[in-house]
Formats: sequence, C-alpha cells, structure tokens
Amino acid sequence: MVEFWIDYGFPLLIILLKIIVILVPVLIGVAFATYFDRKIWAAMQMRRGPNVVGPFGLMQPFADGLKLFMKETIIPAGANKGVFLLAPAITFSLAMIGWAVIPFGDGLVLSDINVGILYMFAISSLGVYGIIMGGWASNSKYPFFGALRSAAQMVSYEVSMGFIIVTVLLCVGSLNLSDIVRAQEKIWFAIPLFPMFVMFFISALAETNRPPFDLPEAESELVAGYQIEYSSMAFALFMLGEYANILLLSGLTTILFLGGWLPPFDIAPFNWIPGPIWFLSKLAFLFFVFSWVKATVPRYRYDQLMRLGWKIFLPLSLFWVVLTAGVLVAFDWVP
Amino acid sequence: MIVQGLVFYLFAAIVVVSGVMVISARNPVHSVLFLILAFFNSAGLFVLMGAEFLAMILIIVYVGAVAVLFLFVVMMLDVNFVQLREGFLQYLPVGGLIGIILFVELLLVLGGAGVTVEGAPANALAAPMPAANVTNTEALGALLYTKYVYLFQAAGMVLLVAMIGAIVLTHRTRPGVRRQNISDQVGRRREDGVELKKIQPGQGA
Repeated sequence: MVEFWIDYGFPLLIILLKIIVILVPVLIGVAFATYFDRKIWAAMQMRRGPNVVGPFGLMQPFADGLKLFMKETIIPAGANKGVFLLAPAITFSLAMIGWAVIPFGDGLVLSDINVGILYMFAISSLGVYGIIMGGWASNSKYPFFGALRSAAQMVSYEVSMGFIIVTVLLCVGSLNLSDIVRAQEKIWFAIPLFPMFVMFFISALAETNRPPFDLPEAESELVAGYQIEYSSMAFALFMLGEYANILLLSGLTTILFLGGWLPPFDIAPFNWIPGPIWFLSKLAFLFFVFSWVKATVPRYRYDQLMRLGWKIFLPLSLFWVVLTAGVLVAFDWVP
Repeated sequence: MIVQGLVFYLFAAIVVVSGVMVISARNPVHSVLFLILAFFNSAGLFVLMGAEFLAMILIIVYVGAVAVLFLFVVMMLDVNFVQLREGFLQYLPVGGLIGIILFVELLLVLGGAGVTVEGAPANALAAPMPAANVTNTEALGALLYTKYVYLFQAAGMVLLVAMIGAIVLTHRTRPGVRRQNISDQVGRRREDGVELKKIQPGQGA
C-alpha cells in the first residue's frame, strides 16, 4: 500500500496541483480576455465599453458570469438532450486540455511530450465537434446551418495550417514545443518565415470562428448560429471555450513564430525580464491583434472564405514547404 | 504495472463497447459519435504501447478530418437508416464468418495458441523497442523514407488517383452559373462603366 502511494498516489496529487496552478490563471485570464476584447472593440468605435461594475468596469466579466449562472438552462423540446448538453462541455474541456503542453518558460510545462505540436494540432482540430454537435442537437434551422458552415470552414483551414506547421518543423527538427522555442534563440521564425506567420494567424482566426471568419455564428444572417438555443451556463461554457481557444492559439502562434519565452534580444535590459512574462506579453499582443481584426475587418462572404482557404492558402503553404526544404538542403542547414 | 494493465482494460473495454454501439445505435449521428469514442480509446491504447506519434496521427486524421466529414454527410443525407438496418440479422452469419476467419488468421500470424507459420515473426506481439534516445517519430521516419520509400510513394499515388477519381466522378458543369471574377472586378475602369452624354434641353437621352 505504501509503495502504491509512492508510485502512483503522490505523483498524481502533484500533477493535480500543477493542473490547478495552470487552469485557475487561465480561467481568470479568459474572464479578463472578454473584458479586454470589449474594451478594445469599444475604443476602436469611440465608445467607452464596460465601465460600470467595479473600477473601470473590471468586474464586468464576473457580473456576466454570475448572471449566466443564475439563469435557467432551457432545453428545447425537440432537442437531442444528451448531445445538446455534451456539446458545450466538449468545447470547454478541449479548450482547457490544450494548455497541458504549452511551455510558459524554460521547463515550465505540465507535460513535455515528444509530439507536443501534434497534440496541439489534434486538440485544435477537435474544436469543431462542440459546434457541430451543438448545432445538430438543437434541432433547429439556424444552429444547423452554423454547424455545417463551421465543419466545412475548419476542415478547410486545417489543411493549410498543417502545412505551415510542417514548414516550422523543418526548421526545428523536433515535434516538441520546448525544442521549437529553443530553435529560435538566434532568430524568431516570424522573420524568415514571415508569410507563414501571417497565414498562420489568419488560419487561427478561421479556426476559432473569430471575425472576419465568424460565419458559424454570423449574427446578421444566422442570428447566433449554433449558439441560438443555448442559455445560462451551457452558453457560458461555449463562450469560455471560445475565448480559451483564442488564447490557446495565440500561445501556439507565439511558440511557433515569436520565440515563446525568449526575449527579442539576448542583451542586458531584455534578458532581465523572466521568460514567462515575455511569453504572456507576446500572447497578450496577439490577443490584441485578434480584437483589432474583429473591430476593423468586415465579415467574409462564404465563397470567398472557401476560395481563400483552398485556392490561396493551400498552394502557397505547400509551395513554402517545398521552398523551405529546398533552402535548408541547399545551404546544408538541416537541423 | 497494475495500473497500466487496468488502464489497458478500461480503454479496450470502451473500444469494444463503443464498437458495438456504432452498429446498434438507432440514431446514425450517435453511431458516428460512438465511432469517434472508439477512435479516441484506440489512440489511448497506442499511447500505452509507447506509440505516441501513431496515437496523435490517428486523432488528427480520423477524428479531426474523416469523422467530421462523416458526421457532415450523415447529418445532411436523408438516408433511411432504419430500412438499411433491416437486413442486419440476415447478414449476421456472413459477417460473423468473416470475423472468425480474420481472428484465426491473426492467431496464425502472431503465433498464438501454439500454431506457427513459416516466415512469420515468432513474437510479433511484443513490439521491438527502439533505441532509448530515438523518439518514435524519428524511428518511423527513418524507416518509411529509406527501406519502404517505394511503398510509401505508391501509397501516395493510390490516394492521389482515388482523389482525382472522386473529383472526376462527382464533377458536373452547370451552365449559366454566374461566377465572381476578381481580376475582372479589379481591372474595371471608369471608362468601361460610365459614359457621359451631352443631352440637349428638350430632348430625351
């Protein structure tokens, strides 16, 4: 029994503690991300945004959360009850388990697995299930349209995202996320692979259903798409999952292209600041760009979205894979 | 080791149960969802065997892409699945026979139950462990792109032919569809669209 505790019990407790230490800040971060999103959006439209609850409206996300928590969960009569309730839970938990492999600093990672990037890619490609299940189980027209759009959109953009990740992996020679960051000590991949960086960011917008690619929930045509029939905590879980996914993909973009926890220059004033702060500030910057795009770019038409994914991003990323491989071999830079 | 064994039986049991649910669920969408559950637990089994690359590829390819399209089609198509399932008992003997044949073949190849076949690896069940400092991504890559490179390329060709075949079979040209031509739109000048005419007072255009 004692051996059992030493072998399995205590490591399990330590892992659980680590999970709590990661997830609690993530959830608080998600709550404030909704606040910053609204503030940035408001500032770009010359409004004030939330400013009533607490100082500068900082308590707004918690007021929203409390309101949603107190409301009744309405389940439509024709809904497929099990799937209907499972969908938001899946969206939320998928957005949470991705954080397991994100390295916040050198060695500051819950699970440093060999295939970290594949794990992240798998998690982000599963995000569509919450939406498609929610849309189908609602048993109503608009949610179903939203679900179908979302499925087509995410499958389309995943292909080019995969190729972009391959380009980065060619330059690294490892699938481990920490190794990817360490490979950028000389130069961030955003500079030599700049077109890939931009394309990855745009694909991330499409993957998280953010404007200008928010066709699955397009409020002007589909009311709210797959979210129409959801209320109270079920809706809140969708919302939290969506924002957690945005933060997660910002983190992934940081790791792949902006050098993760590394400072921009390895000289005096920059390398005094600890790695996690660099990581989080880059993540916050990318989140700002997400909100910036949301506030300034009009929504894409559906055929334009498909055209961009299949006819522009796919050939371009494929070409860059070949180009990168060719350059690496020609100059004998293969890691 | 006990915990590993327990986890193995947990995953294996869920795979078998969800496999049964795939063919017995009344609602086709539920069938696909159970199929996804089966994929997930198979990935778990791969991880237990130390094949983390295969596990992740299984999830990315099958769950992330194939099953999404599956779900898409099942939701969209108006197929009467109850009618399709009516012959279930009728086909059961044939299906069972195929299952038994496959099981026996596996036993023969793997050398279980005291039967061995000439040329089959004696203990195929025990996976060969790669060197400790080689990740299985590297091991797979080194094998696929050297020893099996022609087979690998041939598999790629087969997939390409299948893809082109599917496109050719389903493609149809619809006449009279108005398409957006972006270069036309961008290349349009003021002179193409606007014409100024001097109109004398008292006269129509």
